[in-house]
Amino acid sequence: MVFEKIREIIAEQTGKDESEITLETNVKEDLDADSLDLFQIINDIEDEFDISVEDPEAIVTVKDAVDFVESHKN
Amino acid sequence: MTTRIIATGAYAPGQVITNNDLAKIVDTSDEWITQRTGIKERHVSSGENTSVLAVNTAKQLLERAGVEAESVDLIIVASVTPDYGTPSLGCMIQKEIGAVNAVAFDIAAACSGFMFALSIADKYIRTGVYNNAIVIGAETLSKIVDWSDRSTCVLFGDGAGGAFVEKSETDGIIKEEIGTKGELYDILTEGYTSCSNAFNGNESGTDPLWYVNMNGREVFKFATKSVVKSVERVLASAGVSPDEIAYVVPHQANVRIVEVISNKLKIPYEKFYMNMDRYGNTSSASIPMALNELNEKGLVKRGDKILLTGFGGGMTWGTMLVSW
Repeated sequence: MVFEKIREIIAEQTGKDESEITLETNVKEDLDADSLDLFQIINDIEDEFDISVEDPEAIVTVKDAVDFVESHKN
Repeated sequence: MTTRIIATGAYAPGQVITNNDLAKIVDTSDEWITQRTGIKERHVSSGENTSVLAVNTAKQLLERAGVEAESVDLIIVASVTPDYGTPSLGCMIQKEIGAVNAVAFDIAAACSGFMFALSIADKYIRTGVYNNAIVIGAETLSKIVDWSDRSTCVLFGDGAGGAFVEKSETDGIIKEEIGTKGELYDILTEGYTSCSNAFNGNESGTDPLWYVNMNGREVFKFATKSVVKSVERVLASAGVSPDEIAYVVPHQANVRIVEVISNKLKIPYEKFYMNMDRYGNTSSASIPMALNELNEKGLVKRGDKILLTGFGGGMTWGTMLVSW
């Protein structure tokens, strides 16, 4: 559920197909995303799950984002 | 009664610095800057201070509005890089153009400054205190940029832009909103001077916080969210739908921010007028410089609905819906 939503957010921001995005995907390297794409992905994740990401640099792979959300959402 | 923009003007110093020029002094590239900001070049003063840019804009406004300097009631200048602490840029303009009957002052609201200045002018005019105003945003950001910091020096430029506004019974400002979120003030700062005097032993000299300092991610987040919410509120209170908007003139900070705003507001990207590729971020001057270009190109006609919207240090934002 969390993964599906995050995948949708990343696909929309990067213009990639959802099928290209797995838990192991490195957002910057595998999807040609730069720091501003990552900012926007994290902003959308924050809004979607009502959480706050203090250290965006710690999120490298899709799994990092999913784990962060799983451990922080109410 | 409302307030209408009857003339626009702008002035930028002649020296143009390209991304390739910057790549010679800091470790950066045209590709990197273009991809992340949309900026290709910016005007950088060869020595003209902010007042020179502001005065040239004011002269152009008078000429285009067809108004004698003696008839100007009010001069408001928005700037975070004035020549002096005192006098204000407003008073310097008053002298240079001979607007002897006007009252002049400056305000500081960073990149939202022009929106704040226009909002103030509107109140004086709407309440019948004054009939007209010169409203200008003018900056020489090149003097407060750390030219060895590649993360900030690529973003900014020098310039001035403005509007001549007057009392109107028909078209003009329909709805507007200005706002501030002071709790975030430290995510974007410039121009700090420490308190040094003869009795406290603090060292005098330029503090590192004199230069532009910003938390990119937080500013990006604030910019996208504040502008989107503000535009939604202004449109809702005016009862105007996004598809009625002819053009949006956003603060010219970064095309990537504009892409997000366009996406979230569902206003087509083509309706956002941008010239930051040629001027960079000129803070308070950016909205009036872009508006002037839109106007000079004849892209707007009487009665068109235009949105002006900005965000900046403070943190501040301002949005105005105008019937041209």
